[in-house]
Amino acid sequence: MRRHHDMGGQPAGRIDRTDHDHAPWEKRVDALLRLLTDRKRQIMTVDELRRGIEGLGPGAYDQLSYYQRWMASVGENLLEKGVITVDELGRKMAEVEARWRAEGWSGKEPS
Amino acid sequence: MSDAFAIGQRVRVRAVYPPGHVRTPHYLRGRHGTIESIAGHYANPEELAYGRDGLPKRALYRVRFHQSELWQDYVGSAADTAVVDLYEHWLEAENS
Repeated sequence: MRRHHDMGGQPAGRIDRTDHDHAPWEKRVDALLRLLTDRKRQIMTVDELRRGIEGLGPGAYDQLSYYQRWMASVGENLLEKGVITVDELGRKMAEVEARWRAEGWSGKEPS
Repeated sequence: MSDAFAIGQRVRVRAVYPPGHVRTPHYLRGRHGTIESIAGHYANPEELAYGRDGLPKRALYRVRFHQSELWQDYVGSAADTAVVDLYEHWLEAENS
C-alpha cells in the first residue's frame, strides 16, 4: 500500500514555481533543526525528522505548511527522546500565547 | 565491503510494501533498471529514522530507469530516463 506522503507520480495539477521569502519563524525552525542534528549535539537525525513528518498521515500532512510539518515532527521527536515533556511544552506554549495576546496578537499564524 | 551489483547490471526494485520509513518511492516498486554507478556507502536511513545507528553501512546505487518502464501512459521519447538513488537491500538481480 502506498503511504500518503509517498506521492511521486500521483496527479497533482500545476506546480507553483514562484519564489517566496521565508517568514522569520520558518528560519528559526530551520536553525533549530540544524542545532539538533549537528555533530556536537546529535540529538536527532534528519531521518527521524522525515519519519515524523510521514507519520502525520492524511489530513495533518496536507493542512500543515512545510515548516509546520518540520515543527510537528521535531516536537514529537523531542518528546519521544525525553528532551522535553508534554507538560513543559504545554506550559511554554500557553506562556508564549499569553505574551502574544498581550502584544495584540489576534490568533493568526505568527510571523 | 563487497557490493552485490556491478555497474551496467540489470536489476529489479523489490516489490515489497513495509510500513515505516523507507527511501524507495512507491512508483519504483517492481520496476526494472540498470545500475548506473555506486553513489557510496551510508548508514541505513531506515534505521537512522528510529534512532538506531544504521550500521553496517549499505551500498547506495544510482539506478537508471526508462520513463516508459515507470509510467504506462508515458508519451515522451523512448530514450527518456530517470536516475534514482536506491539502497542495495531494495534491489535484486533481474533474473533471480
